[in-house]
Amino acid sequence: MLELKNITKVFNAGTINEKVALNNLSLTLNEGDFVTVIGGNGAGKSTMLNAVAGTYPVDAGSILIGGQDVTRLSEHRRAKFIGRVFQDPMIGTAADMCIDENMSLAMLRGKRRGLSWAISNKDRELYREMLSQLDLGLENRLTTKVGLLSGGQRQAITLLMASMNHPQILLLDEHTAALDPKTAAKVLALSDKIISEEGLTAMMVTHNMKDAIAHGNRLIMMNEGKIIFDVSGEEKKKLTVEDLMDAFAKLGGTEFANDRALLG
Amino acid sequence: MVNWLNIWLTAMPGAVAQGMIWGIMAIGVYITFKVLDVADLTVDGSICTGMAVCAVLISKGCNVWLAMLAATLSGMLAGTLTGIFLTFMGIKPILAGILTQLSLWSINLKIMGKANIALPSRNFPLLISSLEKPRAIAIVAIIAVALICILYWFFGTRFGTAMRATGCNEKMSRAQGINTGMHCIFGLALSNGLVALAGSLLAQYSGKADINDGRGAIVIGLAAIIIGEAIFSRIAKNFIVRLLSVMFGGVIYYLVYQTVICLKIDTDLLKMLSAIVVAIFLAIPYWKKTYFSKPKQIKTAPVGKEESEDA
Repeated sequence: MLELKNITKVFNAGTINEKVALNNLSLTLNEGDFVTVIGGNGAGKSTMLNAVAGTYPVDAGSILIGGQDVTRLSEHRRAKFIGRVFQDPMIGTAADMCIDENMSLAMLRGKRRGLSWAISNKDRELYREMLSQLDLGLENRLTTKVGLLSGGQRQAITLLMASMNHPQILLLDEHTAALDPKTAAKVLALSDKIISEEGLTAMMVTHNMKDAIAHGNRLIMMNEGKIIFDVSGEEKKKLTVEDLMDAFAKLGGTEFANDRALLG
Repeated sequence: MVNWLNIWLTAMPGAVAQGMIWGIMAIGVYITFKVLDVADLTVDGSICTGMAVCAVLISKGCNVWLAMLAATLSGMLAGTLTGIFLTFMGIKPILAGILTQLSLWSINLKIMGKANIALPSRNFPLLISSLEKPRAIAIVAIIAVALICILYWFFGTRFGTAMRATGCNEKMSRAQGINTGMHCIFGLALSNGLVALAGSLLAQYSGKADINDGRGAIVIGLAAIIIGEAIFSRIAKNFIVRLLSVMFGGVIYYLVYQTVICLKIDTDLLKMLSAIVVAIFLAIPYWKKTYFSKPKQIKTAPVGKEESEDA
């Protein structure tokens, strides 16, 4: 479903701040894979997701989604294949627009935006139905400005929007990191539910090792722009946090010096 | 006192008519300033382009409506140029606008062929004129209402909502597959088209087009938006009402302006006075927030399912 072939991304090339964010990285995701991605700060997790989304061009290598080469497609053209949820709940939705307007924007992802009305009564019914699954009471607040909602509510809506029209790949970039623990758990459970119900192919970056183990069917660990550890299936189910710590110390050559990863 | 009041009352219809024309221009500014979140300085030039194109065409015997359409299109072209500076060439919004504005000064001179064109209403079949103020007010009002209705429709369409999203959250818009650069260019074109249309009305109303007309237009546009917001913010929830409040903001600005003139203040000081008036009106929302805001009543949160989500 998603194929990354030898991609490299260097920031600030040729300067003292040169940073190799992705180093000849290759990764293949099969249809229906739900991959969790862990690694220390600066390991290249977010860069990998942004490279897939087309936020910036990669320096080398190619990216294929569903067999189609998207390496040279701009971010907005690629969007029709991709659903995204960001770490910052403010980024995923337009604050000055109503809930239904935000959802209509996502509904038309990858489609022509002509001069017909953005929202019909039929759309409204559909949005209400989708929102009622969230169990947050938002189905009665379609014309509320999204900016008035809490971070958790906004993130839940972003998740709904990202999964509309069955994207070929869903990218979750630490999408629960900015939420309080209770809300984070709720949003995570919702992600699980949507991914399994819709049968989506997904990639989720997280700082929380427990979450990385508990969710998805495959886990990859990154360090210095490379994938250093890749487990799936039964082997992944048996993983413990200690296993991951050991693997990191052995493969990454350094201690996993991130207390968020330990405590979370 | 009575004498002063008389002068003011005589001047009022003119102030209302001009205020409404500037209100149409302010709606154009609203599209960039509020919807796209870009401070676009092109308007100082594009309003003059609208006046110049309209005046030249009418003085050559062109149909008034066609002249106004041509003026609108020329403004859209100017906006497109700023949009290309902004998106394709990566120039900062304020500088992009200033560059277009500067080049428009030369272009406007070339369009007119001289520094000013007289457009007396006795020689040409103008749509509006300062000699017939009630008629001018009625016609401008009809045009304004029609424009507001069209804009309300436009910003409710799929294309229009994508444009609003572009101004509100560019990153999210691109993630939803919106071509933000294209929408930005189109928004600037739409805005400057409206500004140039207002220019074509202004040229007819004042019976002339001058290369120096339109200087400071952006200030008047911003003033109209902010005055409208300061006065009507409580009721202006709907997009239509917000656009109407911008119109009224333009009229109120001109009434204040007229009052200043009636007070027989040295006309050399008018530009400075408008800047002061605008600065004060710009400051009002800030002052309101900083010095006059009452402490909000803290609602005691009932322990419930939904409130816990707001944590």
